[in-house]
Amino acid sequence: MKNDHEKAVEEYAGQLSLSVLQEVKEQLPASISKADLTKVMDTLVAAHGTAKVNPGECVGLVSAQSIGEPGTQMTLNTFHFAGVSEMNVTTGLPRIIEIFDARKDIKTPMMEIFLKEPYHSDIDRLKKFAAKIKETTFGELASEYSLNIFDQVLKVTVNRSLLADYDLSTKDLVKVIKAKVKGFNAESSDDEITFSKSGKTQELKDLYNLKEKIKELKIAGMKGVKQVLPVKRGEEYIVLTSGTNLKDILALPEVDGTRTSTNDIYEIFEVLGVEAAREAIIREVFKVIEAQGLNIDVRHIMLVADIMCATGEVKGVTRYGVVKEKASVLARASFETPIKHLINAALEGEVDHLTSVVENVMINQPVPVGTGLPGLITKMK
Amino acid sequence: MNPEVHKKIDSISFAVISPKMMVDAAAAKIVTPELYDKEGYPVDGGLMDLRLGVIDPGLICKTDGLKLKESLGHFGYIELARPVVHIKFVRQILDLLRSTCKSCGRILIPEEKVKKYVALLNKESEIEDLESRRRKVKDIVSKYKTKDKCPHCNAKQDKIKIEKPYNFYEAETRLSPIEIRARLEKISEEDVLIFGFDHKNFRPEWMILTVLQIPPVTMRPSITLESGERSEDDLTHKLGDIVRINQRLFENINAGAPEVIIEDLWDLLQYHVTTFFDNEVAQLPPARHRGGQPLKTLSERIKSKEGRIRHNLAGKRTDFSARTVISPDPLIGLNEVGVPLSIAMQLTIPERVSDWNKEHLKKLVESGPKKYPGANYVIKPNGRRKTITDETKEEILEELEEGFIVERHLVDGDVALFNRQPSLHRMSMMCHLIKVLPGNTFRLNPAVCNPYNADFDGDEMNFHIPQNEEARAEARILMLVETQIISPRYGLSVVGCIHDAITGNYLLTKELVLTRNEAVDLLYNCGVEDLSPLPDKEKIDGKEVFSVLLPRDFNFLGEDKSGNQVKIVNGNLKSGVMDKANLGQESGLMLRNIYEKYGPAFTADLLGKISKLGIAVLTRRGFSIGVGDLELLEETKTEINNAIKKAEEESMKLIDEFYAGKLQALPGRTVAETLELRILEALNRARNKSGDIAIRQAKDSSALTMAKCGSRGNPLNIAQMTAIVGQQALRGKRIESGYKGRTLSYFKTKDLSPKARGFIRNNFKSGLMPSEFFFGAMTGRDALMDTALRTPKSGYLYRRLSNAMQDLKVAYDGSVRDASGKIVQFSYGEDGLDVSKTKNGVIDVKEIIQQVTGGEN
Repeated sequence: MKNDHEKAVEEYAGQLSLSVLQEVKEQLPASISKADLTKVMDTLVAAHGTAKVNPGECVGLVSAQSIGEPGTQMTLNTFHFAGVSEMNVTTGLPRIIEIFDARKDIKTPMMEIFLKEPYHSDIDRLKKFAAKIKETTFGELASEYSLNIFDQVLKVTVNRSLLADYDLSTKDLVKVIKAKVKGFNAESSDDEITFSKSGKTQELKDLYNLKEKIKELKIAGMKGVKQVLPVKRGEEYIVLTSGTNLKDILALPEVDGTRTSTNDIYEIFEVLGVEAAREAIIREVFKVIEAQGLNIDVRHIMLVADIMCATGEVKGVTRYGVVKEKASVLARASFETPIKHLINAALEGEVDHLTSVVENVMINQPVPVGTGLPGLITKMK
Repeated sequence: MNPEVHKKIDSISFAVISPKMMVDAAAAKIVTPELYDKEGYPVDGGLMDLRLGVIDPGLICKTDGLKLKESLGHFGYIELARPVVHIKFVRQILDLLRSTCKSCGRILIPEEKVKKYVALLNKESEIEDLESRRRKVKDIVSKYKTKDKCPHCNAKQDKIKIEKPYNFYEAETRLSPIEIRARLEKISEEDVLIFGFDHKNFRPEWMILTVLQIPPVTMRPSITLESGERSEDDLTHKLGDIVRINQRLFENINAGAPEVIIEDLWDLLQYHVTTFFDNEVAQLPPARHRGGQPLKTLSERIKSKEGRIRHNLAGKRTDFSARTVISPDPLIGLNEVGVPLSIAMQLTIPERVSDWNKEHLKKLVESGPKKYPGANYVIKPNGRRKTITDETKEEILEELEEGFIVERHLVDGDVALFNRQPSLHRMSMMCHLIKVLPGNTFRLNPAVCNPYNADFDGDEMNFHIPQNEEARAEARILMLVETQIISPRYGLSVVGCIHDAITGNYLLTKELVLTRNEAVDLLYNCGVEDLSPLPDKEKIDGKEVFSVLLPRDFNFLGEDKSGNQVKIVNGNLKSGVMDKANLGQESGLMLRNIYEKYGPAFTADLLGKISKLGIAVLTRRGFSIGVGDLELLEETKTEINNAIKKAEEESMKLIDEFYAGKLQALPGRTVAETLELRILEALNRARNKSGDIAIRQAKDSSALTMAKCGSRGNPLNIAQMTAIVGQQALRGKRIESGYKGRTLSYFKTKDLSPKARGFIRNNFKSGLMPSEFFFGAMTGRDALMDTALRTPKSGYLYRRLSNAMQDLKVAYDGSVRDASGKIVQFSYGEDGLDVSKTKNGVIDVKEIIQQVTGGEN
């Protein structure tokens, strides 16, 4: 019985959107008669028909207004994330601006890492994983530096318990350092590493520079992952990170790549492509708007995301991004840096065909949207 | 009758003007820096030459013979004694110099590649827009900039440097504009194309000016001060400088002056010409008035918000508009606007005299401008406008016939546009029908305050009268308030009952039982004349009274604000109460259903009736709050006090533990953070608890009634008034900054106790301690700053969004396209639905199934 219904519903696939069809399937009472079913579907098609947008509708401006208007109601604050104090989340208006600007380095990059079967339920394994991906620099492991001026050596004492946590020995450290720093000899003892200059000239400054350099040296983990935080999300545990490195994280075998994501739109674009970036823009903006308790339809956000991604690259809603792509000189000039646009237009012999809104406002002509679009011819008697 | 011509301009092309064209287009050659002779008459060959147009009344333009305001003005020119660089082309000049050969003038790209690039660029401009071509050009040119040998003639290339703003050096020797011009002249047409320039209409050497175009005087009018003195425009001043220096340079060259002097003058000429174009060049001191304020030259005229483009071209001013203070009038309709008589008598609507309205219009003309309703002007078929006065009235009446246009006063039912700034969404400008009322303010129904975001604390609004049938029809059909009830932002109603209207309906449907007389009285008062749905009994329930307003075939199942079921069967409110969830704005679910089923006009009418009913109920019942509502019983007070005391003690204990080092840190936090967190938690718990206690007792207070039905306020406000204000938080933390180690000098250092860190344990009724008041002020100030910083930010975001998306529209095939026809979405919002025609963005499948099956639930 149920299958019959679903088949009948499927027949309307071309006329109704998928989400509506899905909902009908879920909502339909099993006892519904064939006649009623057709009636339901016909009513739905009719309702869908009446709710269609009118051609010429100025949807872009409606979307801009729908997002711009509640902008004044959003907060400016950054929130501290539960748990680690270094973990902030940019929310509210600054975050929205950041996304629409398509900034390449965002204020608070974050990742949500979902893990595969055994890892996501076992908190210990998860913690181990978290420690593994956290970027650790030599500076974090070292507890003491001593620069011996007479012997021209630099002695570094390493925190042994920390080292054990990372499953490392001083020998491993030396190996890593040697690969990165040339011109020094390094010897390791139990919890000490001694550096001395291998060349002839002995300059204290070099040793000092070495000290500063190795402090920043990455020993373990993923580049960019500054903080890790295991969190329970529903039934499973996930890892939140501050700082992102989507490409390398996705390559790890423990990671569930289908759900893991980052809030860095540009990184998503580079790793997963434009369509993913578009999706990410919609998701991130919607998240902010929801958190602020505002109500904006997704369609508006979709449109912004679409225009940002329309060229195949993520372009910000700025004078260097979306606006720059406009065909009309006057439309660009009316936004920002008018002189630049006029000069270039002159040099290139650009022609403005007056197809969009502002140009026509400027020259006092009807705008080609809405009722300005169709022409009306009346036959006079 | 001349037919309306639409779309006169098809396109606008941009190009660089050539020296020859400047001379050809000029009406006069300017040779003298003098402006006027002794009689104050413009000098021939001066900057105010009469051939350049007129700005004085009584004079006639020598070029076209027209008078002031008729002549558009004409360009002139001056011949520069030595060429100068056009500041706006410096970058392009540098690019050209660097990428072309110094001896043969060819581009530094091998011959075979030139061909390839030309083909590539030609193809690119065919299929793609200019922007992508521009990018290609950038790629190509940047590759060859640093070549040090010409591939065509093998000449060695020297490095060209620029010393900003306009001096070019080739291997330490300066290139004079003459030399630069000579080089640019050598560049071939084909090479110009590779640089992305319009090779057919543009020559690179035009970027070095040999002739300067003088703008017409009409664009730089001088103003005559009261003293009779003339004050010239900034541009005229600048041009005067240029002409003067140019003159001197000429004389010096002719007199064979030493090279140094000529160089100096040449430099000065370059400076003046540069600042004539742009007075904000980074490395140059701006040219100033005697008073010291910088001159506004060409660039500054165009640029920025106050510039020509944004101020005069993209922004327009209108006649037939009015602006005044607004005030509420719950008795006028949702679609109406109350217009003061004085405005109605000044603004007019043109009406063409025809057979059908001749008598009517004659009457209006007879009334004249001073008697309402009357008319102010008559326009004859020949276009002459006549003012109606007592003297002219007779004559006008006599000759008034078909084809005349009478500009008559506004009358009830006329169409007007009403707007309040900031116009953030389309509901900020809606069409209202005029209702002429006494008084001096615009009156509007309080229910439309929300879309305008208006209140009556002195807000002013703008008012426009559309002047032709097309505009009126469009306004009325597309912009009338009732058509805008559903917001395109989220698909719910933006207008709804507010304040008293909600409270009234809430009380009516919740608890009131009326006598038949009262019920009839109420309903009649809100405009219901058909009382047949009223049950035939003496005592009538409030729900039944409310039901009379509903249409008979209306069914609705929903929830009220507190989550109870609201059920309407056949236009009868069976259960539940009417509150904000169903009547209010931004929710209004019942209203949304009514709108969908019965249409805008009915909804607007019903909304008016419901509002009036609510207000009538409250007027009869009486509704007020006062200090009495905030009075608590003695035992409630002690209960609250105990709760707070307990929390304070708990905090003190935590602090003691902290100092004793016994406090356990929460995972991932320091001990100090843990302390803060736990204190905050304890205090908030206490606040909520005392609030609950207070509200429990305040059961019957008007304040709580309002909070419950959502008309105004919330339980927290009541708790703050009666029980406790609570912890003040700055950036999510207790107040900590101020003095070193303490918040105020009143406290001891390192005092972590609640009261020293912004905990206000008093309530607004009992009054605040001075320190508490100060903490309250701190958070208040923070909130104020936040809003002040946010407004311009979000304003800019909005401007950017609207500029980027303004030309997106739904094409006839349902796809979303931009102005050049590129597809942005294949189907708007992936399903082609208009949000303002849906319920919160979706089609209500559940309801449709219910409707068809007729099943309950």
